[in-house]
Amino acid sequence: MLQEREKKLATEIFKELKNPVKLVNFTQELECQFCRETRQLLEEVAELSDKVSLEVYNFQLDKQKVEAYQVDKIPASVIEGEKDYGIRYYGAPFGYEFASLLTDIADVSKGESNLKPETKDDLKKIDQKVHLQVFATPT
Amino acid sequence: MESQFIRADMIEATEFPHLVQRYGVFGVPRTVINEESSVEGAVPEEKLLSEITRAVKKAV
Repeated sequence: MLQEREKKLATEIFKELKNPVKLVNFTQELECQFCRETRQLLEEVAELSDKVSLEVYNFQLDKQKVEAYQVDKIPASVIEGEKDYGIRYYGAPFGYEFASLLTDIADVSKGESNLKPETKDDLKKIDQKVHLQVFATPT
Repeated sequence: MESQFIRADMIEATEFPHLVQRYGVFGVPRTVINEESSVEGAVPEEKLLSEITRAVKKAV
């Protein structure tokens, strides 16, 4: 699934990893094309570092996990570190999305984003739920 | 990551056309905040922050 240069990029970014990261993938028994590709991609990503692990769940059958992670569509990929920061990827993370996925894994592993200190301060003041949905394409 | 109140979904637009239609996404990246407001383009973090803050204030 992964090209040689993508593996190289991942290995490079994964040098920054600090704490373990768990990828949680939701798919279904009869996998749609993108479900299968997402699972394969995450399997290959998890192989590139012993700090990255993967759990795969069935969206229809593993209701408790679906509920716990609050995923509402598939393929879904959760990036979980010391805690669940609420980061979800829906759809196959190819192209630009793949690079974002890798940086997110690194950030979650460090338990810290790359935002400016003043942005972080302002975000800490937020006391109500915010749901961001970022639409993107692989190209 | 910096706020326990904020969750973020990255959505592959071509795989979820019904969401693209629901939120009127004509270009990517587009960030929908709390179902109602949205920001188009890869905006600087200050811009996204101010949009988030505005959405939160509106909800009060």
